[in-house]
Amino acid sequence: MSDIAIRVEGLGKLYRIGRREKYYTLRDTLMNAFKAPFGFFRANGSQHNSNNTIWALKDVSFEIKQGEVVGIIGRNGAGKSTLLKILSRVTEPTEGYAEIHGRAGSLLEVGTGFHPELTGRENIYLNGAILGMKKREMDRKFDEIVAFAEVEKFIDTPVKHYSSGMSMRLAFAVAAHLEPEILLLDEVLAVGDVAFQRKCLGKVGDIAKEGRTVLIVSHNMDSVRQLCQRAIWLDQGRIRKDGNPLDITVQYLGDHCGLDLDNRGQFRRRHRDTLGKTVWIDWVELRDSSGNLCTEYSYGSTLRLIINFGGHIPQRDFTVEWILVNEQNHRISFGGANPMCGVYFGKDDTRMECALGPLPLTAGKYNFNIIARLWGGPPWDFWENAAAFQVVHCDPYETGFSVPSHSGGDFIISQVWTVSAPR
Amino acid sequence: MAWKLLIFLEKAIIWVTEEEIASPLGWIAKKRYRTEERGLPRREGENDLQIERAQTPHLVIKPTSGWVPLSFRAVWEYRELLYFLAWRNIKVRYKQTALGVAWAVIQPVMIMVVFSVFFGRLAKVPSDGLPYPIFAFCALLPWQLFAYTLVESSNSLVADERLITKVYFPRLVIPISAALPGLVDFLFAFLVLLGMMLYYGITPSGALWALPFFILLAVTTALAVGFWLSALNVQYRDVRYTIPFITQFWLFISPVAYPSSIVPEPWRLLYGLNPMAGVVEGFRWALLGKAEPMGGMLAISVGVAVLLFITGLYYFRRMEKTFADVV
Repeated sequence: MSDIAIRVEGLGKLYRIGRREKYYTLRDTLMNAFKAPFGFFRANGSQHNSNNTIWALKDVSFEIKQGEVVGIIGRNGAGKSTLLKILSRVTEPTEGYAEIHGRAGSLLEVGTGFHPELTGRENIYLNGAILGMKKREMDRKFDEIVAFAEVEKFIDTPVKHYSSGMSMRLAFAVAAHLEPEILLLDEVLAVGDVAFQRKCLGKVGDIAKEGRTVLIVSHNMDSVRQLCQRAIWLDQGRIRKDGNPLDITVQYLGDHCGLDLDNRGQFRRRHRDTLGKTVWIDWVELRDSSGNLCTEYSYGSTLRLIINFGGHIPQRDFTVEWILVNEQNHRISFGGANPMCGVYFGKDDTRMECALGPLPLTAGKYNFNIIARLWGGPPWDFWENAAAFQVVHCDPYETGFSVPSHSGGDFIISQVWTVSAPR
Repeated sequence: MAWKLLIFLEKAIIWVTEEEIASPLGWIAKKRYRTEERGLPRREGENDLQIERAQTPHLVIKPTSGWVPLSFRAVWEYRELLYFLAWRNIKVRYKQTALGVAWAVIQPVMIMVVFSVFFGRLAKVPSDGLPYPIFAFCALLPWQLFAYTLVESSNSLVADERLITKVYFPRLVIPISAALPGLVDFLFAFLVLLGMMLYYGITPSGALWALPFFILLAVTTALAVGFWLSALNVQYRDVRYTIPFITQFWLFISPVAYPSSIVPEPWRLLYGLNPMAGVVEGFRWALLGKAEPMGGMLAISVGVAVLLFITGLYYFRRMEKTFADVV
């Protein structure tokens, strides 16, 4: 037996969009039926008209080995859910084929088929049956499921009286006790409170450790990194990257945050973003210590952030702030030119420069958000992801090893180590 | 008297739904636990994964085109789901209603009263020598079963849209499971019929053995139409508006309020094209001992039902793959 669990080749799914089909009525169909009696039986979707169709998935090929845990990432509409729907046989592909070796169970939604009028106990059985569990299996796991969901007290209460968190927990608990060889999960880990989410992650981790093959669609990069051995990045229905989850998620987030590193350090504002503002951030430059436009820096170098304004600058209490964010869009530092730092603007001072450094940053991509306002007042202009740069080399200890940001943190606090034998 | 009967029925229903329908699960679960606790030790290190891997199925997913085989086997494999969905439909049907399953009885009884007054008493519609109320009620039973099954199965796919878009299973399970609660209602209404037969002193004829066959014929016809309409309903919501019309129309062309004997002889075979004509006359024959229905008419009814059923199945299977995308 081969050790392939899932093999997908040239998979494609065409969806029809547009108005003509939507307002296709029974009358039209009946008319057509009289015109061409056999055409009536033809399943709709056979005429591929490129105007009102969209390939939700196209030319997707990959192989997943048994026991592999694979994360599928991508923006909304990238085809992730379509892929899982095809693999779980909810919908048919338009072209290509997929092979599944082993019993597959899928969870495309938490709580599918839950009925509010039924009690927790009844819903466990109903939901289990819907997910493909045998009654024997459910009988055996019943107590475990109830304990996992933490709803022992309410098990004979109709689910409509549950809090939404409770019913979600119960639903996830049922699904978590599926025991297929191949598990397909679509964005189902974000259920309940933080503690329960951790529990869910742990459960999926356990499932993975048992040697099952798991395919997870997730928007949570941390859980993809934590759980998966491999990540597939889907973009507009095609596979963009396939590989190590660390690399893929970093690249994906970089792409996702709109980090555009090809513009050599000069970032211009779109005209429409400045409309109607008295003061606006017009353009931003990033230069290195020798004054050249640059977006690639190394640890310890200096970066010069140059911000140019448009409009009329008020002279008193004008403040410009930057916020430094990492790839996950978490703010990691900030700074500003305002009276607190002893900076006051003159009437024609529409250009400001901030020399930042030496940069303590680890390798990775970073972005500046820039805010202009009166000191302590609401923002007049906010430019998110204004200027992106990359730290390509981080070797703070000068040992030849490079430190990437996702290995630990975004910046290095200067440190001195001594090691010695106990005295 | 009637009220007491209703209360009794309600109690019986509670007993049945709580003890027989609701709890087989709890009851079976408990039983299983007991066996589990008592022993049947699982072998060391053996888990479901290993048991399942032994029979690793190999599934190929690819686009299908043309006619699809009916694959009853797939439906059979999902019989547990069918059972649970049917059980859900039964369980949920009369939740949060004051009268509960009494509705299964009230509806045909009320219609019978109206028919008896207007058709039987005032319009003097013939009833083949039987008391008009029981003549009508005996026809209303299969009629209600038929109409319920037709309506519920036709709307079922759209009603269970979430299941269809999120989970795989043979879609035939849905209209079939939607139809089953109709049989429960039928059972309760049937008790009333037995009471009425006692009251009128009518003993069932020797043809009682044929009754299950006519029930089957009614359900088959309704499901056949249900297959067609539910599949069409996924794509064209027009169907939803035609369903009340269809049932109303069908009621008038079926011999519920009148006997089929008022249809002139040469036309009676044609009348058999409506399978419900065969069903209703069959019911009167089997239960009330009315003259045997015409063999030819019945044969035509069965033929039409089977034809509708098979084409319905094929159409349903044909459209099945588009359900998740279109619904």
